[in-house]
Amino acid sequence: MSGYWEDVFGGAKSLVTGLAITGSEFFKPVVTKQYPWEVPTMVPRFRGHIELVRNEETGMPNCVCCGMCMRSCPSGCISLAGKKPEGSKKKVLTKYILDFTKCSLCGTCIESCNFNAIRFSRDYNLASTNKDDYIFDLLKRLEEQG
Amino acid sequence: MDTSIWRPILYLVGIMAFAGLNAAYLGWCERKGAGHIQRRTGPMEVGFHGLLQPIADGIKLMSKQLLVPQGVDGILFRVAPILAMIPAITSMVVIPFSGNIQARALELSVLLIFALASIGMFAILLGGWASGNKYAVISAARSVSQNIAYEIPMLITVITIVMMTGSMNLQEIALKQQGGFWHWNIFPLVDGKSILMPVSFIIFFICSVAETNRAPFDMAEAESELIAGFMTEYGSMGFGLFMMGEYLNIVVGACLTTILFLGGWDCPFGLFSGVWWFLIKIYILIFTFIWIRWTYPRTQIYKLLNLSWKILIPFSLVNLLVAAAFIKVF
Amino acid sequence: MTVPIACRPDETFVLNLGPQHPATHGVLRVKLTMDGEYIVKAEPVLGYIHRMHEKMAEAGNFAQFMPNTARMDYLHALAFNHGYALTVERAAGIEVPERAEYIRVITVELNRIASHLLWWAAFVLDLGGFTPLLYAFDDREIILDLLERVTGSRLTYCYFRFGGVYNDIDDEFIEGTLAFIKRLRSRMPRIYHDLVTHNIILRKRLEGIGIITPEQCRKYGATGPVLRGSGVSYDIRKNEPYSVYPEFDFEIPVYHECDSMARYMVRMDEMEQSMRIIEQALERLPEGPVKAKVPKILKPPAGDYYAAVETARGSFGCRLVCDGGKAPYRLKLRSPTFSNLSLFGEVAEGMLLADALGFMGSLDLVIPEIDR
Repeated sequence: MSGYWEDVFGGAKSLVTGLAITGSEFFKPVVTKQYPWEVPTMVPRFRGHIELVRNEETGMPNCVCCGMCMRSCPSGCISLAGKKPEGSKKKVLTKYILDFTKCSLCGTCIESCNFNAIRFSRDYNLASTNKDDYIFDLLKRLEEQG
Repeated sequence: MDTSIWRPILYLVGIMAFAGLNAAYLGWCERKGAGHIQRRTGPMEVGFHGLLQPIADGIKLMSKQLLVPQGVDGILFRVAPILAMIPAITSMVVIPFSGNIQARALELSVLLIFALASIGMFAILLGGWASGNKYAVISAARSVSQNIAYEIPMLITVITIVMMTGSMNLQEIALKQQGGFWHWNIFPLVDGKSILMPVSFIIFFICSVAETNRAPFDMAEAESELIAGFMTEYGSMGFGLFMMGEYLNIVVGACLTTILFLGGWDCPFGLFSGVWWFLIKIYILIFTFIWIRWTYPRTQIYKLLNLSWKILIPFSLVNLLVAAAFIKVF
Repeated sequence: MTVPIACRPDETFVLNLGPQHPATHGVLRVKLTMDGEYIVKAEPVLGYIHRMHEKMAEAGNFAQFMPNTARMDYLHALAFNHGYALTVERAAGIEVPERAEYIRVITVELNRIASHLLWWAAFVLDLGGFTPLLYAFDDREIILDLLERVTGSRLTYCYFRFGGVYNDIDDEFIEGTLAFIKRLRSRMPRIYHDLVTHNIILRKRLEGIGIITPEQCRKYGATGPVLRGSGVSYDIRKNEPYSVYPEFDFEIPVYHECDSMARYMVRMDEMEQSMRIIEQALERLPEGPVKAKVPKILKPPAGDYYAAVETARGSFGCRLVCDGGKAPYRLKLRSPTFSNLSLFGEVAEGMLLADALGFMGSLDLVIPEIDR
């Protein structure tokens, strides 16, 4: 019986305190960002899909077609090919395809590259209704980046 | 009795417009209110700050297929949503919005409103049972026991007020409270009112929240447990009518609370009384309904019934006795 | 509240708390045999999200399994990263530099706070309170932003490597973390405790519900807050210490009431203790490398290795059987939620349906972790 009165008055007090808290939160400013109108900038280390790095002096990608990234990927999403041009000892990259439907953004490929040839991009606007849009041709992307 | 043909037509149109606008835009108020309590904006895209959202929702609901599942009781399934709306709109006939704005002043207005409220509860039971869905039946059964339990303290509190006023006519109850907030029924000790009147107000308010199946008493539509309770099998306008019926019940509950306890259309200092004070008061009460919904978790069914039978009924009976004692003595 | 069943056995009906349900967090199916509102028998049916992680470990080399660890319990992914990295480091005998150990502890404890915040939000949501979800997520977004600045991901972190972590933390992270701790400490008493913990409706729903005795815990192998809410003081960080935890001064919250409220309070107190650990770690953060030199293709010596870490849900154990090759011969992952969930069948008998859902919420289930 003694618990009865504590319940009624203590309970009523806790309910009023709760109302006071939500009431005061009602008058505070909103914390949401209105997305399409206010776009956030991604942090430098943001993990978008990978992209090729261009060598500043020669203008060609840094990649030497060693295939370490292809072998170290847990999901097998990278496929690349290179060709030795006439009179040169080093291979030149001819094809670099990333199958983004399987990529888990783990970063093992970037870590295994000794030549600084790939890095994370900051692309996140990747919605599409077609699965083929997610097979990225990274060489073409590098050319389009100028 | 007024024999002009325009009076009933005007009131009919007015009440339907008031009811329709409220049912639609209370949904908007709720979403905006919930949004700001939760530190986010509510609807913003459709129209300026989402003002056209209820219209968009209405068009969406009407364009969906009215699905009647196999195995339901055909007539009851279709009748239940309509039965949910009827009591609320009909109750507005006797509510006095101001001194001279009232559709029909009946001597037994209070009794009429509570009789109609029971039909509203009946609609939930029909909706749940006719759906033929296990979840819906469970929820309808819970809702009936909840409604019965909470009608009792509500009626006892109303009897207290009727006893003090001496009439069941809502117009007279409101007229007796004119002249300033110390005459209002919520304020104790003036005009021979009992000292426990604020307690009566709180009991009546809690019971209206429970009667309209709003959180924290929304066992009937407990979202995370029984999906949508008795409304599970309803789509399109069937669902729309249940939701509109719920909002209109809230409006009627707020109107009743204002007239019985807060002086109807009276200004707090007795200066410029009129229908605008009535509207301000009911919207403050409706905001409190919304505020309460988004603050508390749901109660358990047996704790809910506990609250009514073990706490609210004894308190309201004590109020009744104390009010009677004050009337006798002063 | 348990009551004996009053009706005949053939008057019961079977209700499927199906794989698709708002309150079971993930694809969990529970077959409930019900008598009216009371549960007669509860049988969890698992396997709807079995993705064969343990087999995937055998198909690639050791480093390629790291992203998988984050996908199992996505809410405390860094602890699962830690458990796997610890096992392989014990197998191959790799020494982790001190700065890396401190960074590991800081990020794991931040992730633990984020996991408990999400548990709190979802738990109160199941009970019908919609607003605390948004308040908790306000704080959780700050943690996610801090960790995104360091690791690049927000939920499924692949940040730990054998011998350390992937990249270093900077001063902005340290300041941001200290500011966050100050903010959470100021919000805790008001928004977390006044609004929810002391609320009479919530207390009436949680007190006395879902009593789990210590003997039942021992029988089913329950660990984590479930065990500590039943009065047994067992935490891997104190009882089988690993990494640099012995250097920090923190307590293990233990409550003896064995009900849902006790488990709730254990997790709230754990958040405070995590904040203490982070503060101490940030103060003592040493300079140095963040990753040891490790061969590209790891070949640990043949043998049987085990390591366990304390995650937000319990003790995550990782057993590695190596045969000297590039890939594990067998990797067995011991999921804490699996043992916690097996209590459900026994404890839920005789409960009301809504109480059973509250009880399930207090166990803090993450189904992908059970099914791996």
